[in-house]
Amino acid sequence: MFNSSLNQLSTLLATKRVSSIELTRDFLRNIKSLNKEYNAFITVNEEMSLDQARIADAMIASGEGSPLTGIPIAHKDIFCTKGWLTTCGSKMLSNFISPYDAHVIELFNKAGTVNIGKTNMDEFAMGSSNETSFYGPVKNPWDILSVPGGSSGGSACAVAARMAPAATGTDTGGSIRQPASLCGVSGIKPTYGLVSRYGMIAFASSLDQGGPIAKSAADLALMLNVMVGFDARDSTSLQHENEDYTRELKGPIEGLRIGLPKEYFAEGLSDDVSRAVDAAVAEYSKLGAKIIEVSLPNTKLSIPVYYVLAPAEASSNLSRFDGVRYGHRSEEYNNLDDMYLKSRTQGFGAEVKRRILIGTYVLSHGYYDAYYIKAQKLRRLIAQDFTEVFKQCDVIMGPTSPSVAFSLGERSNDPLQMYLSDAYTAAASLAGLPGMSIPVGFGKKNRPVGLHIIGNYFAEAKILSIAHQFQQVTDWHTKMPDIKKL
Amino acid sequence: MQWEVVVGLEIHTQLLTQSKLFSGASTTFGGAPNSQACAVDIALPGVLPVLNRGVVELAVKFGLSIDARINSPSIFARKNYFYPDLPKGYQISQFELPIVEGGQINIQTGKNNEEDKRIINITRAHLEEDAGKSLHEDFHGMTGIDLNRAGTPLLEIVSEPDMRSSAEAVAFAKKIHTLVRWLGISDGNMEEGSFRCDANVSVRRLGDDTLGTRREIKNLNSFRYLQQAIEYEAEFQKYILETGGKIKQATVLFDSEKRETHVMRTKEDSHDYRYFPDPDLLPLIISPDWIEEIRASMVEPPDLCFSRFIDSEIGSNGKATYALSKYDATMLTVDIDIATYFEKVVRIIGRKEAKLCANWVIGEVATRLNQDNKNITASPISPQQLAELILRICDGTVSGKTAKDIFNTMWDGESHTSADEIIKIKGLRQISNSDEITKLVDMVLIENPQQVADFCRGKERAFNSLVGQVMKKTKGKANPAQVNDILKERLKKKN
Repeated sequence: MFNSSLNQLSTLLATKRVSSIELTRDFLRNIKSLNKEYNAFITVNEEMSLDQARIADAMIASGEGSPLTGIPIAHKDIFCTKGWLTTCGSKMLSNFISPYDAHVIELFNKAGTVNIGKTNMDEFAMGSSNETSFYGPVKNPWDILSVPGGSSGGSACAVAARMAPAATGTDTGGSIRQPASLCGVSGIKPTYGLVSRYGMIAFASSLDQGGPIAKSAADLALMLNVMVGFDARDSTSLQHENEDYTRELKGPIEGLRIGLPKEYFAEGLSDDVSRAVDAAVAEYSKLGAKIIEVSLPNTKLSIPVYYVLAPAEASSNLSRFDGVRYGHRSEEYNNLDDMYLKSRTQGFGAEVKRRILIGTYVLSHGYYDAYYIKAQKLRRLIAQDFTEVFKQCDVIMGPTSPSVAFSLGERSNDPLQMYLSDAYTAAASLAGLPGMSIPVGFGKKNRPVGLHIIGNYFAEAKILSIAHQFQQVTDWHTKMPDIKKL
Repeated sequence: MQWEVVVGLEIHTQLLTQSKLFSGASTTFGGAPNSQACAVDIALPGVLPVLNRGVVELAVKFGLSIDARINSPSIFARKNYFYPDLPKGYQISQFELPIVEGGQINIQTGKNNEEDKRIINITRAHLEEDAGKSLHEDFHGMTGIDLNRAGTPLLEIVSEPDMRSSAEAVAFAKKIHTLVRWLGISDGNMEEGSFRCDANVSVRRLGDDTLGTRREIKNLNSFRYLQQAIEYEAEFQKYILETGGKIKQATVLFDSEKRETHVMRTKEDSHDYRYFPDPDLLPLIISPDWIEEIRASMVEPPDLCFSRFIDSEIGSNGKATYALSKYDATMLTVDIDIATYFEKVVRIIGRKEAKLCANWVIGEVATRLNQDNKNITASPISPQQLAELILRICDGTVSGKTAKDIFNTMWDGESHTSADEIIKIKGLRQISNSDEITKLVDMVLIENPQQVADFCRGKERAFNSLVGQVMKKTKGKANPAQVNDILKERLKKKN
């Protein structure tokens, strides 16, 4: 059951061979036995989960179910969830019980899924290893001594360790794709604007985008069918016609033009990752795809640009956490300024503070033009690179992460090294393009390697199909870490 | 030494919408604290702003009324600073690319002389959200935060430093006040903070080209304070300069009791607001079609209405003109409701009697409204009713004096019956029948031989006495002009 696809679970539920209550209990049991070790969940609330399962069973019984009705889904703790603690991985919100649901949560509730728990994450989604969480690091199920990636590390770990059939995540510079890659699962970040940001606690508004993490491309398609949708409460939400993301899954690879940016295979890419990615590309070639070398000349600028723009927006987005209306407030303070100072000093971790400082600096009078304006211009150049390349090929492939999962603590004192984890993913975020990661093998110490697939705007159905076709002829996505007996 | 005062104003006017600039919460004044603050207003984690289209239309109306440029796109930016009544830690405003740029306002100080006219250029007008309120009283040692006002839409109107006295600044502020109320984009209620001014004041030697260093007086919420604050500030700056000092750029507050200004902060400790485009909001695009739609829905601006009231030729647009005096036109255009009332009356009576209608609206109606502290829209006498009364003056049914009595009867009466009814019931119809009047005149001449004799000897005063006798016989209902004519004629015969 824990290895079943969403489609299989859906059939089991629809044919009443299993109830949502039973399914929910099974996954809750898994979480109970594994979470101490992996720390993938910040909040589990059996009672609330089972209440939803009961509703789901009633929906199925009355024939009102939809494909995901009754299936437990883990939600990244960045999504405001009514009645649930919603911490965003921060001490600042360690006492915040959300009075409302994010649009994504509303959609899953409407679909009748069961919230199986809120997953751990880097504090305010700032990190690539899940080590910045106030609730402690998540462990990579493939190797307990290594990181799961971040910031959606809890969600990736929960899916990899079979604590949830699928999970939601968010991606600002790689936060869905990189942990999916490091944990050997599949994840997709849709085109910017397809998933509403309403109720998704903002890190960098112009980059943040919700998306799913699951075991396969087919599962991701079913998740996207629920998550994507116009929302008038988010001014950047796109009025895109509703699609069925499963419709192209069976599409052929024959004749597909795959672009390999030479910059993605240059210095900085470790050999083990390179080998696994090459093998995957060779597999596509066997399936009839045409492999073309392309160039994204501004690739090396994406990290510097990202680390100007994202902190700039974050420094402003995080100003609301001042201890005045909700969230952490210092117990003692002398005056207003002291209250701000102490509450924010105590409430935020080191990485969040670092980014607030960077962001405040680049927006300051006298530096704004040199940093923020310049970065905005470069962002357009980076997006233009993709426009050019998509004239030559249908999709872009490369490694999701330059290396396999690194060890816990290995990079936590070296922010620059940590930032390079997003070297291949940040560019697609800056351009607003859809990108996904699927497992394509293992590197050193048997740690998973992910293949990064970038599509053109609104090409989600297409890249899902490309991933799905690969998963029809390979079994990397079915590999499971050696977790304790379930 | 001769000094010149230079003033520029920034006026914050609250726009008249049901809901806030970026949320659906109500903008009604006076609710219980925090009863009108939704998730967006209190800045819960994850909430996002959505622009209220109605607000955009009000700002465009203002721009069109002053012949300004409507920018498309215009950009919403974040102004970052920490304050407890600023829930997001930033105010959404417009910085580069405001919605309205340019335009001008004509002002007039003193009497309606050409030399007292001045054109004040508008730099820009931009949309922004208001902050909440910090309540320092009532909470022993603590501060209460009321976020009802947070997110209320404001239009900040910024002028060029084109004013040269406190009187001009007040005239400008009053002109804007009339304009925003006239256009229906703000209620202009200064007590509730819907209309507040910041004044940038500097002085320089008369004839200098460069501007002196300015100090900004914040938050003036009455025209009187505006005048007093600028006057104090100008005198203060002159004194400093004349005694060899230098003006330091600063933001100051006006103490209305002591009538003086105090430094709030100097340039050195001014904020770095770190403005940047708000990534939660797209650039605001206003299509030419939308602008035309808004233009079509606008009322005639007050300046055009004023010109029309004083013009004697019918304009090319075919709209009515009334050839009124500038004074009358000024009085009738202080408020769109008064102008509308006047035009309703004159439309019934005809433009030939425009002056008479104006006298009634500016005179009797305004006096009674003032006494009762009422707005003209709440007048117990409708334009239709007033017109019927004035018609009775025009056709000679009643004299002007009688009409005023009828007017007051109608105003005070519970049922506010028509003028005709009152004339009928009270028998106030004027005697205009010349045979009848001739008969009465003859009777008076017979009864008063002494006065007749006096008149014939050249005593003019005797004539008035005879008129009085005729009027007395008719209880004032005789048409005085007719009485005069007939009496003169009869006396001539006697001579």
